[in-house]
Amino acid sequence: MSNIVLKVDHISKQYRLGQFGSRTISHDVNRWWYKVRGKEDPYLKVGDENDRSLKGGSEYVWSLNDINFDVHRGEVLGIIGKNGAGKSTLLKILSQVTTPTTGEVKIKGRIASLLEVGTGFHPDLSGRENVFLNGAILGMSKAEIKNKLEEIIDFSGVAKYIDTPVKRYSSGMMVRLGFAVAAHLEPEILIVDEVLAVGDAEFQKKCLGKMKDVSGQGRTVLFVSHNMPSIRMLCTKCAYLDKGKLKNMGETNAIIGEYLTSGYINLSSDESAIPDNLSLHGSGEAKFKNVLIENENNQQVQELDFLEKFRVRLKLEVKKQLKDVTLAVYIVNQFGDIVMMAVQDENYLPSTFETGPYEVNVQFNEELMPGNYSIGLALSFFHTGSDIDYIESFYPFTVIKDSKRKNMEYPWATVQGYIKPKTTWQIKKV
Amino acid sequence: MNNESWDIIVKPTSKWYNLRLKEIVRYKDLLFLFVRRDFVSLYKQTILGPVWFFIQPIITSITFTIIFGNLAHISTDGMPQILFYMCGITIWNYFSDTLTKTSDTFGANSAIFGKVYFPRMIVPLSVVVSNLLKLGVQFFLFISVWLFFLGKGNTVIHPNATLLLIPFLIILIGFLGLSFGIIISSMTTKYRDLKFLITFGVQLLMYASPVVYPLSIVPEKYKWIILSNPVTSIIETFKYAFLGVGEFNWSHLFYSVSITIVLFFIGLVTFHKVEKSFMDTV
Repeated sequence: MSNIVLKVDHISKQYRLGQFGSRTISHDVNRWWYKVRGKEDPYLKVGDENDRSLKGGSEYVWSLNDINFDVHRGEVLGIIGKNGAGKSTLLKILSQVTTPTTGEVKIKGRIASLLEVGTGFHPDLSGRENVFLNGAILGMSKAEIKNKLEEIIDFSGVAKYIDTPVKRYSSGMMVRLGFAVAAHLEPEILIVDEVLAVGDAEFQKKCLGKMKDVSGQGRTVLFVSHNMPSIRMLCTKCAYLDKGKLKNMGETNAIIGEYLTSGYINLSSDESAIPDNLSLHGSGEAKFKNVLIENENNQQVQELDFLEKFRVRLKLEVKKQLKDVTLAVYIVNQFGDIVMMAVQDENYLPSTFETGPYEVNVQFNEELMPGNYSIGLALSFFHTGSDIDYIESFYPFTVIKDSKRKNMEYPWATVQGYIKPKTTWQIKKV
Repeated sequence: MNNESWDIIVKPTSKWYNLRLKEIVRYKDLLFLFVRRDFVSLYKQTILGPVWFFIQPIITSITFTIIFGNLAHISTDGMPQILFYMCGITIWNYFSDTLTKTSDTFGANSAIFGKVYFPRMIVPLSVVVSNLLKLGVQFFLFISVWLFFLGKGNTVIHPNATLLLIPFLIILIGFLGLSFGIIISSMTTKYRDLKFLITFGVQLLMYASPVVYPLSIVPEKYKWIILSNPVTSIIETFKYAFLGVGEFNWSHLFYSVSITIVLFFIGLVTFHKVEKSFMDTV
């Protein structure tokens, strides 16, 4: 008897792109005709690789392509990959919301999935009634929920509002209640999608702690997240999906390293491209095209170590000659406040841009304190301050608490301030 | 590898007879919580609350009495008009409500279905049960009116032993509505054309059933059309039991039972086939 509780066996999933219409029915008829004659589905042979940025020729796309892996009892497996790499599709198949096109998944024991918190909450029912409803949807019996009701309410921290209809709840309270139910599910395998993204820091910590407890009790957890620090904290193993294929699987730190350096320095890369609709206002005489952050090793990253210096690189397209303008790069914290503004000229003087593309490198000599940040960009007229192009906040990045290169760690639980100032201290006993 | 026992196997296709009915039993608590949710949420933030269950059949019966009874002069087989219409409406509403609501099972629940797995049949089954509660309330209203007319020393109403069949008739018509509903909901996930048919289709079906008229006024030549509708004999028997007018015919009833069984079976199989893949098409 082996220890494998979940076996993913050559899973592939094909989706049809575009609209459903009369063409769909001709494909369906054709498919049925092949089936009647005992032949293989003709549309299984076609289909493009799952690359969101390339426009393929086929109407079909392989969202997952021949995925194979085993998960052992008690393992916490992190699943990482870019948007559209197939992570959610994989979770949907594992949680039986949809079926694979080919291949099969074998599962031992009860499986529960948390693709969303508070599924099936009815706005008119009270918190207590919704706990029962949500619990039953997730597969608990009424007696089980009754036994754990006190615990669930306690964990959620919304005891005061438990008999109020949930439509009066804040979204944070709704998430707290939803997660509290799910946390008390006790399945053998728990699947968690990025549901922790909402809720305040204290509650996120509580959730991560609870998930750690769950895996400590010999149960298995599958966890999808873009938040590398929490993946690092929770997962014993990691699977890296790329364009619908399983690129690599193994020890967490190694896989995260591979994932983060995969988009290595390319100012034309997809991840750094600024969507056109992001410019809030501006005259349109120039446009920011790309922006990214590089660490001390010249790698494009979204995660910086504590005390690591960084560089912002951007691409700018100027459509006509611009005189008396200035370029500024902001660092914005998670609350949307600007914590630093760097301008093009150290002496605060205007400058001129000629027509054509520009590449700009901004080396920051200060380090940021641990936390979540993003980049803001502005090109504006020096005297009037009116914007030519303005990006409020783009390219989120994180500064983590530990630094492998400097071999040290931020020592306290809460972080104070945003910028590590360069100071000289003189202390003498008097 | 084959000697290991797996609890769940997710595969692209499974045999058509593997309906996983055992799971429905495991999720029975969910069924009743859905019923509770439907019932409680329906009258939250209303002043009259469950009284609305009474108002609907009363208003409909009065409307029918005015239009079909007094303006169109359609026969009610000598029955008091309001009682005759209320009798038909009570059982017809159960059927049409069940059909309409279950026919949108996939559409209305796609948000939940896209996130969590549970046997999808729980949802239409819960509709059958919550409509049964509504029927209970309306049935109580009908019985009160019926007793009122009986007590008035009226000699035209002849209740009879067929009354014993009432629970069976209610279950039968519930399952018939459910069967139509789940077949339609399975067919509308990919091609939504049928959706447009439902509202007026149900309306048309009412006129093809003896709800506002007795079967006795249908010309012999066309009777087979009305009788081929499986709802007809259920409603006729229902009226016969309480009022003593109309037709009660075992073979017609047997026909309705057979059609219900066949439709229910087709419904289960198509519903089960669709529930596995509908997330990709809805």
